[in-house]
Amino acid sequence: MSSQLKEVVWGPVFTNNPIGLQILGICSALAVTTQMSVALVMCVALTLVTAFSNFFISLIRNQIPSSIRIIVQMTIIASLVIVVDQILGAVAYDTSKQLTVFVGLIITNCIVMGRAEAFAMANPPVISFMDGIGNGLGYSIVLMLVATIRELIGSGSLMGVELLPLVTNGGWYVPTGLMLLPPSAFFIIGLLIWALRSWKTEQVEEADYVIGGHTALSRAA
Amino acid sequence: MSEANSDKKPEKKYDKDSIKNVVVVAMSLCFVCAIIVSTAAVQLKPQRIANKELDRNKNILIAAGLYAKGVTSDSQIDKLFEQFTIKVVDLQEKKLLSDAEVAAAGIDIKRYDQRKAAKDPSLSIDLEKSRDIASISRRARYSVAYLLEQNGTVDRIVLPVHGYGLWSTLYGFIALEGDANTVAGITFYEQQETAGLGGEVDNPKWKGLWAGKEIYADGKVVFEVIKGSVDPASAKAIHQVDGLSGASITSRGVQNLITFWLGDDGFGPVLKQLQG
Repeated sequence: MSSQLKEVVWGPVFTNNPIGLQILGICSALAVTTQMSVALVMCVALTLVTAFSNFFISLIRNQIPSSIRIIVQMTIIASLVIVVDQILGAVAYDTSKQLTVFVGLIITNCIVMGRAEAFAMANPPVISFMDGIGNGLGYSIVLMLVATIRELIGSGSLMGVELLPLVTNGGWYVPTGLMLLPPSAFFIIGLLIWALRSWKTEQVEEADYVIGGHTALSRAA
Repeated sequence: MSEANSDKKPEKKYDKDSIKNVVVVAMSLCFVCAIIVSTAAVQLKPQRIANKELDRNKNILIAAGLYAKGVTSDSQIDKLFEQFTIKVVDLQEKKLLSDAEVAAAGIDIKRYDQRKAAKDPSLSIDLEKSRDIASISRRARYSVAYLLEQNGTVDRIVLPVHGYGLWSTLYGFIALEGDANTVAGITFYEQQETAGLGGEVDNPKWKGLWAGKEIYADGKVVFEVIKGSVDPASAKAIHQVDGLSGASITSRGVQNLITFWLGDDGFGPVLKQLQG
Protein backbone atom coordinates (compact mmCIF):
# COMPACT_ATOMS: atom_id res chain seq x y z
CA MET A 1 0.00 0.00 0.00
CA SER A 2 2.68 2.46 0.98
CA SER A 3 4.68 1.80 -2.19
CA GLN A 4 1.54 2.26 -4.25
CA LEU A 5 0.85 5.48 -2.38
CA LYS A 6 4.35 6.70 -3.09
CA GLU A 7 3.96 5.85 -6.75
CA VAL A 8 0.62 7.64 -6.94
CA VAL A 9 1.91 10.82 -5.29
CA TRP A 10 5.41 11.08 -6.76
CA GLY A 11 4.83 9.39 -10.11
CA PRO A 12 3.11 12.40 -11.70
CA VAL A 13 5.88 14.74 -10.54
CA PHE A 14 8.56 13.50 -12.93
CA THR A 15 7.87 10.14 -14.57
CA ASN A 16 4.28 10.84 -15.57
CA ASN A 17 4.02 14.61 -15.40
CA PRO A 18 0.61 15.91 -16.51
CA ILE A 19 2.14 18.84 -18.37
CA GLY A 20 5.49 17.32 -19.33
CA LEU A 21 4.30 13.93 -20.58
CA GLN A 22 0.56 14.15 -21.06
CA ILE A 23 0.64 17.79 -22.24
CA LEU A 24 -2.52 18.61 -20.25
CA GLY A 25 -3.43 21.91 -18.60
CA ILE A 26 -1.26 24.01 -20.93
CA CYS A 27 -3.56 27.02 -21.23
CA SER A 28 -3.39 28.04 -17.59
CA ALA A 29 0.34 27.28 -17.59
CA LEU A 30 0.69 29.98 -20.24
CA ALA A 31 -1.63 32.47 -18.63
CA VAL A 32 -0.77 32.67 -14.96
CA THR A 33 3.00 32.21 -14.93
CA THR A 34 4.20 35.80 -15.24
CA GLN A 35 4.47 36.10 -11.46
CA MET A 36 5.44 33.42 -8.98
CA SER A 37 2.98 34.53 -6.31
CA VAL A 38 0.03 34.31 -8.71
CA ALA A 39 1.23 30.97 -10.08
CA LEU A 40 1.55 29.64 -6.53
CA VAL A 41 -2.05 30.49 -5.67
CA MET A 42 -3.18 28.89 -8.93
CA CYS A 43 -1.17 25.73 -8.10
CA VAL A 44 -2.68 25.45 -4.64
CA ALA A 45 -6.17 26.02 -6.03
CA LEU A 46 -5.74 23.44 -8.77
CA THR A 47 -4.17 20.84 -6.46
CA LEU A 48 -7.01 21.19 -3.97
CA VAL A 49 -9.68 21.02 -6.65
CA THR A 50 -8.10 17.95 -8.28
CA ALA A 51 -7.67 16.17 -4.94
CA PHE A 52 -11.16 16.87 -3.65
CA SER A 53 -12.93 16.26 -6.95
CA ASN A 54 -11.11 12.92 -7.18
CA PHE A 55 -12.13 12.14 -3.62
CA PHE A 56 -15.82 12.92 -4.04
CA ILE A 57 -16.11 11.32 -7.45
CA SER A 58 -14.41 8.19 -6.19
CA LEU A 59 -16.74 8.16 -3.18
CA ILE A 60 -19.80 7.84 -5.38
CA ARG A 61 -18.13 6.04 -8.29
CA ASN A 62 -20.29 2.94 -7.76
CA GLN A 63 -23.46 5.03 -7.90
CA ILE A 64 -22.61 7.21 -10.90
CA PRO A 65 -24.55 5.99 -13.95
CA SER A 66 -22.17 5.69 -16.89
CA SER A 67 -24.58 7.57 -19.17
CA ILE A 68 -24.25 10.82 -17.19
CA ARG A 69 -20.85 10.31 -15.60
CA ILE A 70 -19.14 13.22 -17.36
CA ILE A 71 -21.92 15.61 -16.29
CA VAL A 72 -21.72 14.32 -12.73
CA GLN A 73 -17.96 14.85 -12.70
CA MET A 74 -18.34 18.34 -14.13
CA THR A 75 -20.96 19.27 -11.54
CA ILE A 76 -18.70 18.20 -8.69
CA ILE A 77 -15.67 19.93 -10.18
CA ALA A 78 -17.62 23.11 -10.94
CA SER A 79 -19.02 23.29 -7.40
CA LEU A 80 -15.54 22.92 -5.92
CA VAL A 81 -14.15 25.59 -8.24
CA ILE A 82 -16.91 28.04 -7.29
CA VAL A 83 -16.17 27.43 -3.61
CA VAL A 84 -12.44 27.99 -4.20
CA ASP A 85 -13.19 31.15 -6.17
CA GLN A 86 -15.42 32.47 -3.37
CA ILE A 87 -12.79 31.74 -0.74
CA LEU A 88 -10.08 33.45 -2.79
CA GLY A 89 -12.29 36.50 -3.24
CA ALA A 90 -12.76 36.67 0.51
CA VAL A 91 -9.21 36.06 1.74
CA ALA A 92 -6.88 36.95 -1.14
CA TYR A 93 -8.74 39.61 -3.08
CA ASP A 94 -5.77 41.06 -4.96
CA THR A 95 -4.55 37.70 -6.15
CA SER A 96 -8.01 36.65 -7.17
CA LYS A 97 -8.26 39.83 -9.23
CA GLN A 98 -5.03 38.95 -11.01
CA LEU A 99 -6.13 35.38 -11.63
CA THR A 100 -9.38 36.75 -13.09
CA VAL A 101 -11.06 34.08 -15.16
CA PHE A 102 -8.41 31.45 -14.70
CA VAL A 103 -9.74 30.22 -11.37
CA GLY A 104 -13.07 29.67 -13.07
CA LEU A 105 -11.29 27.94 -15.91
CA ILE A 106 -9.97 25.26 -13.55
CA ILE A 107 -13.32 23.67 -14.39
CA THR A 108 -12.13 23.05 -17.91
CA ASN A 109 -8.57 22.16 -16.92
CA CYS A 110 -7.88 18.84 -18.58
CA ILE A 111 -5.91 17.56 -15.60
CA VAL A 112 -8.89 17.68 -13.25
CA MET A 113 -11.24 16.06 -15.74
CA GLY A 114 -8.61 13.57 -16.89
CA ARG A 115 -7.81 12.33 -13.39
CA ALA A 116 -11.48 12.08 -12.48
CA GLU A 117 -12.25 9.97 -15.52
CA ALA A 118 -9.05 7.91 -15.60
CA PHE A 119 -8.34 7.34 -11.93
CA ALA A 120 -11.12 8.31 -9.55
CA MET A 121 -13.80 6.35 -11.41
CA ALA A 122 -11.87 3.12 -10.83
CA ASN A 123 -10.15 3.56 -7.45
CA PRO A 124 -11.14 4.00 -3.80
CA PRO A 125 -11.43 7.53 -2.33
CA VAL A 126 -8.22 7.88 -0.30
CA ILE A 127 -5.88 6.74 -3.05
CA SER A 128 -7.82 8.92 -5.53
CA PHE A 129 -7.34 11.89 -3.23
CA MET A 130 -3.59 11.23 -3.16
CA ASP A 131 -3.59 10.86 -6.94
CA GLY A 132 -5.13 14.33 -7.15
CA ILE A 133 -2.44 15.70 -4.84
CA GLY A 134 0.25 14.00 -6.92
CA ASN A 135 -1.01 15.37 -10.22
CA GLY A 136 -1.48 18.77 -8.65
CA LEU A 137 2.16 18.63 -7.56
CA GLY A 138 3.25 17.61 -11.04
CA TYR A 139 1.35 20.59 -12.46
CA SER A 140 2.70 22.87 -9.74
CA ILE A 141 6.35 22.00 -10.26
CA VAL A 142 6.15 22.86 -13.96
CA LEU A 143 4.16 26.03 -13.29
CA MET A 144 6.56 27.22 -10.61
CA LEU A 145 9.60 26.51 -12.79
CA VAL A 146 8.09 28.44 -15.69
CA ALA A 147 7.02 31.27 -13.37
CA THR A 148 10.51 31.48 -11.83
CA ILE A 149 12.13 31.84 -15.22
CA ARG A 150 9.53 34.25 -16.54
CA GLU A 151 9.45 36.49 -13.50
CA LEU A 152 13.22 36.63 -13.14
CA ILE A 153 13.94 37.41 -16.78
CA GLY A 154 10.76 39.36 -17.50
CA SER A 155 10.54 41.52 -14.37
CA GLY A 156 13.89 41.00 -12.66
CA SER A 157 12.24 39.79 -9.47
CA LEU A 158 11.17 36.63 -7.66
CA MET A 159 7.98 36.49 -5.58
CA GLY A 160 7.75 40.26 -6.15
CA VAL A 161 11.17 40.91 -4.56
CA GLU A 162 13.43 42.77 -6.97
CA LEU A 163 16.66 40.83 -7.48
CA LEU A 164 17.95 42.41 -10.66
CA PRO A 165 17.59 46.20 -10.28
CA LEU A 166 15.62 47.48 -13.27
CA VAL A 167 16.74 50.35 -15.46
CA THR A 168 13.40 52.07 -14.79
CA ASN A 169 14.22 52.00 -11.08
CA GLY A 170 17.75 53.23 -11.59
CA GLY A 171 19.43 49.80 -11.91
CA TRP A 172 21.14 48.08 -14.81
CA TYR A 173 18.77 45.31 -15.88
CA VAL A 174 16.67 45.80 -19.00
CA PRO A 175 13.78 43.33 -18.65
CA THR A 176 12.91 41.07 -21.55
CA GLY A 177 9.33 41.96 -22.40
CA LEU A 178 8.84 38.72 -24.35
CA MET A 179 8.95 36.79 -21.09
CA LEU A 180 5.78 38.54 -19.95
CA LEU A 181 3.89 37.46 -23.05
CA PRO A 182 2.20 34.04 -23.25
CA PRO A 183 4.37 32.69 -26.13
CA SER A 184 7.44 32.68 -23.88
CA ALA A 185 5.78 30.04 -21.71
CA PHE A 186 5.44 27.86 -24.80
CA PHE A 187 9.19 28.05 -25.38
CA ILE A 188 10.01 27.37 -21.74
CA ILE A 189 7.62 24.44 -21.45
CA GLY A 190 9.03 23.05 -24.70
CA LEU A 191 12.58 23.31 -23.37
CA LEU A 192 11.51 21.75 -20.07
CA ILE A 193 9.92 18.80 -21.87
CA TRP A 194 13.10 18.39 -23.90
CA ALA A 195 15.21 18.40 -20.74
CA LEU A 196 12.84 15.95 -19.02
CA ARG A 197 12.93 13.53 -21.94
CA SER A 198 16.70 13.71 -22.22
CA TRP A 199 16.86 12.72 -18.56
CA LYS A 200 14.14 10.07 -18.67
CA THR A 201 14.57 8.67 -22.16
CA GLU A 202 11.71 6.18 -21.76
CA GLN A 203 9.35 9.17 -22.16
CA VAL A 204 10.49 9.73 -25.73
CA GLU A 205 7.70 8.64 -28.06
CA GLU A 206 8.37 6.42 -31.02
CA ALA A 207 8.36 8.30 -34.28
CA ASP A 208 5.10 7.97 -36.22
CA TYR A 209 6.99 7.57 -39.48
CA VAL A 210 10.54 7.31 -40.73
CA ILE A 211 11.82 9.68 -43.35
CA GLY A 212 12.91 7.58 -46.36
CA GLY A 213 15.83 8.15 -48.70
CA HIS A 214 15.68 10.65 -51.53
CA THR A 215 14.03 8.61 -54.30
CA ALA A 216 14.67 10.99 -57.16
CA LEU A 217 18.35 11.09 -56.31
CA SER A 218 18.71 7.28 -56.11
CA ARG A 219 16.87 6.85 -59.43
CA ALA A 220 19.17 9.29 -61.12
CA ALA A 221 22.15 7.38 -59.83
CA MET B 1 -36.41 -5.05 -7.97
CA SER B 2 -37.54 -5.88 -4.47
CA GLU B 3 -35.30 -6.14 -1.43
CA ALA B 4 -35.95 -9.86 -0.97
CA ASN B 5 -35.02 -10.58 -4.54
CA SER B 6 -31.85 -8.59 -4.31
CA ASP B 7 -30.62 -10.61 -1.34
CA LYS B 8 -30.55 -13.73 -3.43
CA LYS B 9 -28.89 -12.21 -6.41
CA PRO B 10 -26.54 -9.56 -5.01
CA GLU B 11 -24.98 -8.82 -8.40
CA LYS B 12 -28.36 -7.63 -9.63
CA LYS B 13 -29.52 -5.72 -6.59
CA TYR B 14 -28.31 -2.34 -7.76
CA ASP B 15 -28.47 -1.32 -11.35
CA LYS B 16 -26.61 1.98 -11.53
CA ASP B 17 -27.54 2.53 -15.15
CA SER B 18 -31.30 2.31 -14.60
CA ILE B 19 -33.34 5.38 -15.45
CA LYS B 20 -34.42 5.61 -11.83
CA ASN B 21 -30.84 5.72 -10.64
CA VAL B 22 -29.87 8.30 -13.25
CA VAL B 23 -32.63 10.58 -11.99
CA VAL B 24 -31.87 9.92 -8.32
CA VAL B 25 -28.14 10.52 -8.69
CA ALA B 26 -28.62 13.64 -10.80
CA MET B 27 -31.19 15.14 -8.43
CA SER B 28 -29.34 14.42 -5.21
CA LEU B 29 -26.03 15.57 -6.65
CA CYS B 30 -27.56 18.86 -7.76
CA PHE B 31 -29.18 19.29 -4.37
CA VAL B 32 -25.96 18.68 -2.44
CA CYS B 33 -23.84 20.84 -4.73
CA ALA B 34 -26.39 23.66 -4.67
CA ILE B 35 -26.34 23.68 -0.87
CA ILE B 36 -22.54 23.73 -0.73
CA VAL B 37 -22.18 26.48 -3.32
CA SER B 38 -24.89 28.70 -1.89
CA THR B 39 -23.62 28.26 1.66
CA ALA B 40 -20.14 29.32 0.59
CA ALA B 41 -21.51 32.28 -1.36
CA VAL B 42 -23.72 33.54 1.46
CA GLN B 43 -21.16 32.99 4.21
CA LEU B 44 -18.37 34.78 2.38
CA LYS B 45 -20.45 37.61 0.94
CA PRO B 46 -19.79 40.21 3.70
CA GLN B 47 -16.06 39.62 3.43
CA ARG B 48 -16.15 39.92 -0.34
CA ILE B 49 -18.13 43.18 -0.19
CA ALA B 50 -15.72 44.59 2.40
CA ASN B 51 -12.80 43.65 0.14
CA LYS B 52 -14.46 45.34 -2.80
CA GLU B 53 -14.99 48.55 -0.86
CA LEU B 54 -11.44 48.51 0.41
CA ASP B 55 -10.24 47.94 -3.12
CA ARG B 56 -12.28 50.92 -4.32
CA ASN B 57 -10.85 53.18 -1.61
CA LYS B 58 -7.40 51.92 -2.44
CA ASN B 59 -7.96 52.79 -6.10
CA ILE B 60 -9.07 56.29 -5.17
CA LEU B 61 -5.82 56.67 -3.26
CA ILE B 62 -3.80 55.26 -6.14
CA ALA B 63 -5.46 57.62 -8.62
CA ALA B 64 -4.73 60.56 -6.34
CA GLY B 65 -1.12 59.43 -5.97
CA LEU B 66 -1.43 59.04 -2.21
CA TYR B 67 -0.98 55.31 -2.12
CA ALA B 68 2.61 54.48 -1.22
CA LYS B 69 3.99 51.02 -1.75
CA GLY B 70 4.47 50.42 1.94
CA VAL B 71 0.79 50.80 2.69
CA THR B 72 -0.58 47.33 3.06
CA SER B 73 -2.79 47.09 6.07
CA ASP B 74 -6.48 47.82 5.78
CA SER B 75 -6.45 50.33 8.62
CA GLN B 76 -3.75 52.39 6.90
CA ILE B 77 -5.87 52.56 3.77
CA ASP B 78 -8.90 53.60 5.81
CA LYS B 79 -6.86 56.27 7.55
CA LEU B 80 -5.49 57.71 4.32
CA PHE B 81 -8.94 57.62 2.82
CA GLU B 82 -10.36 59.64 5.67
CA GLN B 83 -8.45 62.68 4.45
CA PHE B 84 -10.90 62.96 1.59
CA THR B 85 -14.12 64.91 1.81
CA ILE B 86 -16.85 63.14 -0.06
CA LYS B 87 -19.01 65.53 -2.02
CA VAL B 88 -22.06 64.97 -4.15
CA VAL B 89 -22.23 66.47 -7.61
CA ASP B 90 -25.61 67.18 -9.16
CA LEU B 91 -24.90 66.47 -12.81
CA GLN B 92 -28.27 67.85 -13.89
CA GLU B 93 -28.05 71.20 -12.09
CA LYS B 94 -24.30 71.11 -12.70
CA LYS B 95 -23.17 72.04 -9.22
CA LEU B 96 -21.58 70.68 -6.09
CA LEU B 97 -24.20 70.13 -3.43
CA SER B 98 -23.80 71.42 0.08
CA ASP B 99 -24.37 69.03 2.97
CA ALA B 100 -27.86 70.42 3.53
CA GLU B 101 -28.76 69.90 -0.11
CA VAL B 102 -27.44 66.38 0.01
CA ALA B 103 -29.62 65.65 2.99
CA ALA B 104 -32.59 67.27 1.25
CA ALA B 105 -32.04 65.06 -1.80
CA GLY B 106 -32.17 62.08 0.53
CA ILE B 107 -28.71 60.78 -0.27
CA ASP B 108 -26.64 58.84 2.20
CA ILE B 109 -23.14 59.68 0.93
CA LYS B 110 -21.43 56.64 2.35
CA ARG B 111 -23.98 54.25 0.91
CA TYR B 112 -24.82 55.98 -2.36
CA ASP B 113 -24.59 53.51 -5.21
CA GLN B 114 -24.28 55.28 -8.51
CA ARG B 115 -24.72 52.12 -10.53
CA LYS B 116 -28.02 51.36 -8.89
CA ALA B 117 -29.12 54.98 -9.27
CA ALA B 118 -28.35 54.88 -13.00
CA LYS B 119 -31.01 52.18 -13.37
CA ASP B 120 -33.66 54.11 -11.43
CA PRO B 121 -35.66 56.36 -13.80
CA SER B 122 -36.30 58.94 -11.07
CA LEU B 123 -32.61 59.28 -10.30
CA SER B 124 -31.17 59.12 -13.78
CA ILE B 125 -31.65 60.25 -17.35
CA ASP B 126 -31.65 58.36 -20.59
CA LEU B 127 -28.92 59.65 -22.85
CA GLU B 128 -29.76 59.88 -26.53
CA LYS B 129 -27.25 58.38 -28.92
CA SER B 130 -25.55 61.63 -29.92
CA ARG B 131 -24.80 62.59 -26.32
CA ASP B 132 -23.93 59.13 -25.11
CA ILE B 133 -20.24 59.24 -26.04
CA ALA B 134 -19.14 56.69 -23.48
CA SER B 135 -21.94 54.19 -24.36
CA ILE B 136 -23.35 54.04 -20.87
CA SER B 137 -27.01 54.52 -22.01
CA ARG B 138 -28.17 55.98 -18.67
CA ARG B 139 -26.52 58.51 -16.41
CA ALA B 140 -27.33 58.94 -12.75
CA ARG B 141 -28.29 62.45 -11.68
CA TYR B 142 -25.97 62.44 -8.70
CA SER B 143 -22.39 61.35 -8.53
CA VAL B 144 -19.94 61.37 -5.71
CA ALA B 145 -16.64 63.20 -5.96
CA TYR B 146 -13.72 62.92 -3.58
CA LEU B 147 -11.96 66.14 -2.70
CA LEU B 148 -8.68 66.39 -0.89
CA GLU B 149 -8.27 69.77 0.67
CA GLN B 150 -5.05 71.12 2.06
CA ASN B 151 -4.82 74.45 3.86
CA GLY B 152 -8.22 75.43 2.60
CA THR B 153 -7.52 74.87 -1.09
CA VAL B 154 -8.46 71.88 -3.17
CA ASP B 155 -5.41 69.75 -3.84
CA ARG B 156 -6.88 66.72 -5.57
CA ILE B 157 -10.24 65.97 -7.17
CA VAL B 158 -10.99 62.28 -7.67
CA LEU B 159 -13.94 61.51 -9.92
CA PRO B 160 -15.55 58.18 -10.70
CA VAL B 161 -15.74 57.48 -14.43
CA HIS B 162 -17.03 54.60 -16.48
CA GLY B 163 -17.60 53.73 -20.09
CA TYR B 164 -17.70 50.89 -22.53
CA GLY B 165 -14.52 49.40 -23.95
CA LEU B 166 -14.50 46.32 -26.14
CA TRP B 167 -16.13 43.63 -24.01
CA SER B 168 -17.07 45.34 -20.83
CA THR B 169 -17.78 48.54 -19.02
CA LEU B 170 -14.60 49.94 -17.51
CA TYR B 171 -15.00 51.43 -14.05
CA GLY B 172 -12.30 53.67 -12.72
CA PHE B 173 -11.27 56.92 -11.14
CA ILE B 174 -9.50 59.90 -12.56
CA ALA B 175 -7.69 62.27 -10.24
CA LEU B 176 -7.14 65.89 -11.19
CA GLU B 177 -4.90 68.38 -9.48
CA GLY B 178 -6.21 71.50 -7.79
CA ASP B 179 -6.41 73.40 -11.09
CA ALA B 180 -9.11 70.90 -12.23
CA ASN B 181 -7.24 70.47 -15.49
CA THR B 182 -4.00 68.60 -14.90
CA VAL B 183 -4.30 64.83 -14.51
CA ALA B 184 -2.76 63.48 -11.32
CA GLY B 185 -3.54 59.86 -12.07
CA ILE B 186 -6.03 57.35 -13.37
CA THR B 187 -6.96 53.85 -12.40
CA PHE B 188 -9.46 51.20 -13.40
CA TYR B 189 -10.73 48.90 -10.73
CA GLU B 190 -13.19 46.87 -12.71
CA GLN B 191 -12.95 45.75 -16.31
CA GLN B 192 -13.11 42.56 -18.31
CA GLU B 193 -11.09 43.56 -21.34
CA THR B 194 -8.81 41.03 -23.05
CA ALA B 195 -6.08 40.11 -20.59
CA GLY B 196 -2.71 41.25 -21.90
CA LEU B 197 -4.18 43.63 -24.50
CA GLY B 198 -7.11 45.80 -23.40
CA GLY B 199 -6.56 44.52 -19.87
CA GLU B 200 -3.39 46.60 -19.85
CA VAL B 201 -5.51 49.64 -18.92
CA ASP B 202 -4.65 48.50 -15.42
CA ASN B 203 -0.91 48.46 -16.16
CA PRO B 204 0.89 50.83 -13.76
CA LYS B 205 3.35 51.86 -16.46
CA TRP B 206 0.62 52.94 -18.84
CA LYS B 207 -1.30 54.69 -16.09
CA GLY B 208 1.95 56.47 -15.23
CA LEU B 209 1.86 58.16 -18.65
CA TRP B 210 -1.23 60.11 -17.62
CA ALA B 211 0.27 62.16 -14.83
CA GLY B 212 0.83 65.78 -15.81
CA LYS B 213 -1.34 65.66 -18.93
CA GLU B 214 -3.93 68.39 -19.37
CA ILE B 215 -7.57 67.78 -20.23
CA TYR B 216 -8.87 71.16 -21.35
CA ALA B 217 -7.84 73.77 -23.87
CA ASP B 218 -10.09 76.82 -24.41
CA GLY B 219 -12.70 75.28 -22.13
CA LYS B 220 -13.10 72.14 -24.25
CA VAL B 221 -11.99 68.57 -23.61
CA VAL B 222 -9.15 68.03 -26.04
CA PHE B 223 -7.59 65.04 -24.33
CA GLU B 224 -6.81 62.13 -26.66
CA VAL B 225 -5.66 58.54 -26.40
CA ILE B 226 -3.82 58.29 -29.72
CA LYS B 227 -2.72 55.33 -31.78
CA GLY B 228 0.99 54.66 -31.35
CA SER B 229 3.33 56.82 -29.32
CA VAL B 230 3.03 60.47 -28.48
CA ASP B 231 5.54 62.71 -30.23
CA PRO B 232 7.00 64.74 -27.37
CA ALA B 233 7.89 67.59 -29.72
CA SER B 234 4.27 68.02 -30.80
CA ALA B 235 2.34 70.98 -29.40
CA LYS B 236 -0.51 68.60 -28.58
CA ALA B 237 1.69 66.22 -26.56
CA ILE B 238 0.46 67.68 -23.29
CA HIS B 239 -3.06 66.52 -24.20
CA GLN B 240 -2.14 63.07 -25.50
CA VAL B 241 -1.43 59.63 -24.12
CA ASP B 242 -0.13 56.57 -26.02
CA GLY B 243 -2.80 54.08 -27.02
CA LEU B 244 -2.53 50.49 -25.86
CA SER B 245 -1.01 48.37 -28.58
CA GLY B 246 -3.35 45.68 -29.81
CA ALA B 247 -6.29 47.34 -28.08
CA SER B 248 -7.55 50.14 -30.31
CA ILE B 249 -11.17 49.73 -29.22
CA THR B 250 -10.37 49.73 -25.52
CA SER B 251 -8.15 52.80 -26.04
CA ARG B 252 -10.96 54.55 -27.86
CA GLY B 253 -13.33 53.55 -25.07
CA VAL B 254 -11.02 55.16 -22.53
CA GLN B 255 -10.82 58.33 -24.56
CA ASN B 256 -14.61 58.38 -24.93
CA LEU B 257 -15.22 57.98 -21.24
CA ILE B 258 -12.84 60.83 -20.46
CA THR B 259 -14.51 63.01 -23.09
CA PHE B 260 -17.93 62.22 -21.68
CA TRP B 261 -17.27 62.45 -17.96
CA LEU B 262 -15.12 65.55 -18.11
CA GLY B 263 -17.37 67.13 -20.74
CA ASP B 264 -20.61 69.09 -20.47
CA ASP B 265 -22.80 66.10 -19.59
CA GLY B 266 -20.33 64.96 -16.97
CA PHE B 267 -18.29 66.86 -14.45
CA GLY B 268 -17.12 69.56 -16.91
CA PRO B 269 -19.27 72.46 -15.68
CA VAL B 270 -18.54 71.70 -12.02
CA LEU B 271 -14.82 71.50 -12.72
CA LYS B 272 -15.02 74.89 -14.40
CA GLN B 273 -16.58 76.32 -11.25
CA LEU B 274 -13.71 74.88 -9.27
CA GLN B 275 -11.21 76.35 -11.68
CA GLY B 276 -12.80 79.77 -11.32
